[in-house]
Amino acid sequence: MFKKTLHISTSPHLTKGIGTDDIMRNVVWAMLPVALYSVWSFGLGALVVLATSTTACVLTEHFLAKISKKESTISDWSAAITGLLLGLTLPPGFPMWMAFLGGVVSIALGKFVFGGLGYNVFNPALVGRAFLQAAFPVAITTWHPVYAPDRFTTVPSATFTAPFMEPSTVDAFSGATPLSAFKFDHVVTNSYDLALGLIPGSTGETCAALILLGGLYLIARNMMNWRIPASILLTVFLLSGALYLANKEAYPSPDFMLFSGGLMLGAVFMATDMVGSPVMPAAVWLYGALIGVLVVVIRIWGGLPEGVMYAILLGNAVAPHLDNLIRPRVYGTVKTAKKS
Amino acid sequence: MKEAGNTSGQTSGQKMLLTMTGIGVFCALMIVLSYQGTLPRIEQLKAEALEKAIFKVVPGMESKRTFRMESDGSFTEVSGKEKDARLVYAGYDKEGKLVGVAVEAAGMGFADVIKVIYGYDPEKEAVVGFYVLESKETPGLGDKIEKDPNFLANFEALDVSLTEDKSKTKNTVVAVKHGEKKNNWEVDGITGATISSRAIGNLLGTSTAEMAPVLHKNKAFFEVKKGQ
Amino acid sequence: MSQLTKDKTGEGFWGNLANSPSTNEFLKGLWKENPVFVQVLGMCPTLAVTNTAMNGLAMGLATTFVLLMSNILVSSLRNVIPKQVRIASYILIIATFVTMTDYAIQAISVDLSKALGAFISLIVVNCLILGRAEAFASKNTVGKSMLDALGMGFGFVIGLLSLGAVREILGNGSIFGIPVFPASFQEWVIMILPPGGFFTLAMWLMFFNHRKQKKAAL
Repeated sequence: MFKKTLHISTSPHLTKGIGTDDIMRNVVWAMLPVALYSVWSFGLGALVVLATSTTACVLTEHFLAKISKKESTISDWSAAITGLLLGLTLPPGFPMWMAFLGGVVSIALGKFVFGGLGYNVFNPALVGRAFLQAAFPVAITTWHPVYAPDRFTTVPSATFTAPFMEPSTVDAFSGATPLSAFKFDHVVTNSYDLALGLIPGSTGETCAALILLGGLYLIARNMMNWRIPASILLTVFLLSGALYLANKEAYPSPDFMLFSGGLMLGAVFMATDMVGSPVMPAAVWLYGALIGVLVVVIRIWGGLPEGVMYAILLGNAVAPHLDNLIRPRVYGTVKTAKKS
Repeated sequence: MKEAGNTSGQTSGQKMLLTMTGIGVFCALMIVLSYQGTLPRIEQLKAEALEKAIFKVVPGMESKRTFRMESDGSFTEVSGKEKDARLVYAGYDKEGKLVGVAVEAAGMGFADVIKVIYGYDPEKEAVVGFYVLESKETPGLGDKIEKDPNFLANFEALDVSLTEDKSKTKNTVVAVKHGEKKNNWEVDGITGATISSRAIGNLLGTSTAEMAPVLHKNKAFFEVKKGQ
Repeated sequence: MSQLTKDKTGEGFWGNLANSPSTNEFLKGLWKENPVFVQVLGMCPTLAVTNTAMNGLAMGLATTFVLLMSNILVSSLRNVIPKQVRIASYILIIATFVTMTDYAIQAISVDLSKALGAFISLIVVNCLILGRAEAFASKNTVGKSMLDALGMGFGFVIGLLSLGAVREILGNGSIFGIPVFPASFQEWVIMILPPGGFFTLAMWLMFFNHRKQKKAAL
């Protein structure tokens, strides 16, 4: 006979009341220093981009929930995170209308058509970013100098471009992030500058130190799978290190690879998206290694200077299959008995 | 479902064979007829397109002669198109004076092989015209190599002058970033289409390094009028 | 087969128009059974060559021609071709007309044949054409098969045109080569690249399915 003290319930047996909104709110806290630093270093241009993409995502989420006659889901912060993440991957001074479009695409194509939060195959922010990259390749590689003296008083001329119009590029310079400088001209940027964000680039990708700090906070609160960033960064480090040792002339140093471009931002805040990443620890290591290998391959042998975005999107695509691959066989079943 | 006429299941192999042969013969006939009917027009259009390109890249050209490049670097005049031969097209003005030689070149672009034709003026020792024959570069981006006026302005007078002994080019043609062109053997690239611009720079560099000395050496040969 | 479609179209706007069965054979391809938006057939050319309205129109017309000719021939030979070798015969007939179309387009314009490229030859494997030959022309009279081919063909043209128009307007700022935006328009490069084809098709399908659902709900 059962005693009354034994409480019987079906799984999941939660011990702690952490909900989606708790985690999401903490992710926002972790990203805040990165966002603030980007506003500090790039000025009003970055602020406008971040605000626009976040607003676009939240509005789209609300509007789509309304027309599909569902309860609005903006209070779980996930749309705001998508918007903030998208903004962090865009260059400062990116035209407002394009940032807005990117936000709409992120939520509508990246999340809503798959069925909303929890059902999306890909990281929504990266879907929006990939769309913008393919649609406006010139605008998305138009960078602005860091710590411009007038950054808090003037907005880059491209920011307020009228919708559907071509942005002007008078006060910007094109294609000179550390990665493209290395790819096309073999100019190596100092790793110290890279780590502290003293370089031009997307709003949120420049200061590696703050991104790592945000990641550590989330790991400490047990709200992020530490294996994902660890495996990605380790793979990139090992692979590029091996290449660097083989030929120091042709390949960049591993610390340059680690701190340049969007690798830190992608490894810490995007690849760790709970929906798009695998669950089993071994699968997670595989997932991270795959992204790491792809980043190095695209950066060094591909046509584009940066490959983090595509690497993570491809990683997202295979994540469920990795879980399936790793899943242990149920005791007593035979290999031929295929049933999902 | 009701059967549409034929007796199902028991058709003899002979009948199948006969039908297939019948249809096959009919189809073959149709194809041959339409091929014969359209061939002259297709050939003419293709030749016209090439002709137009040749006249475009050699300014001031009024008439053309075609030469085949032999493996030893000499040239033989040919008439019409020849398969698998390296052809150059010499252009002459009204008085029959040589104004330039059109040369085809190809190289790997961002998406696929880019084929171009360019005009070489042995007098000025420069590239004087440029036209993209075939490219699959990204529309709206890489395909600017075909129509961007700033980029095409590079090829109005691109320096490929030879060294003292006329054995090779002094400077190799190379593409630089937009706005950084300093010497007139450099190609001013296109913003956002770095790879395509560089591909053009490289393929022109390779081709002119090989062809400019040969063409220059044979300048007198091209000048000689046929049958006069 | 034809009995079935007649019953289906006997209501609504088209039903009033389509009183005679032959009008019905023509009209069903335009709307009710539109090859692109309803049957979702022939996706290879639909996605690949619709980056401008002109290319979409040319491809649609080329397909219509092949469809018409193959339907006529298949229908008139429907009592001659043995059942066992019918698919081989259809493909042979279709391939012949495709080859002829390919030559014709090359003879019309170098630029057009360059833009359509290998996709003209790929009409051979467009399942729309084989589908109509197998499902309709092999069971119906020549007259009906012609109407069916024209209806399906023009339905295909409508589909390709509506994709091509959207992609050209956003991707190039023009329609049929005529600019519709001021010169400083920023082209959405993605729309003339392959992903743009998928996005646009998805949007149109969403639009049509949404309409259908609304109608069904009424």
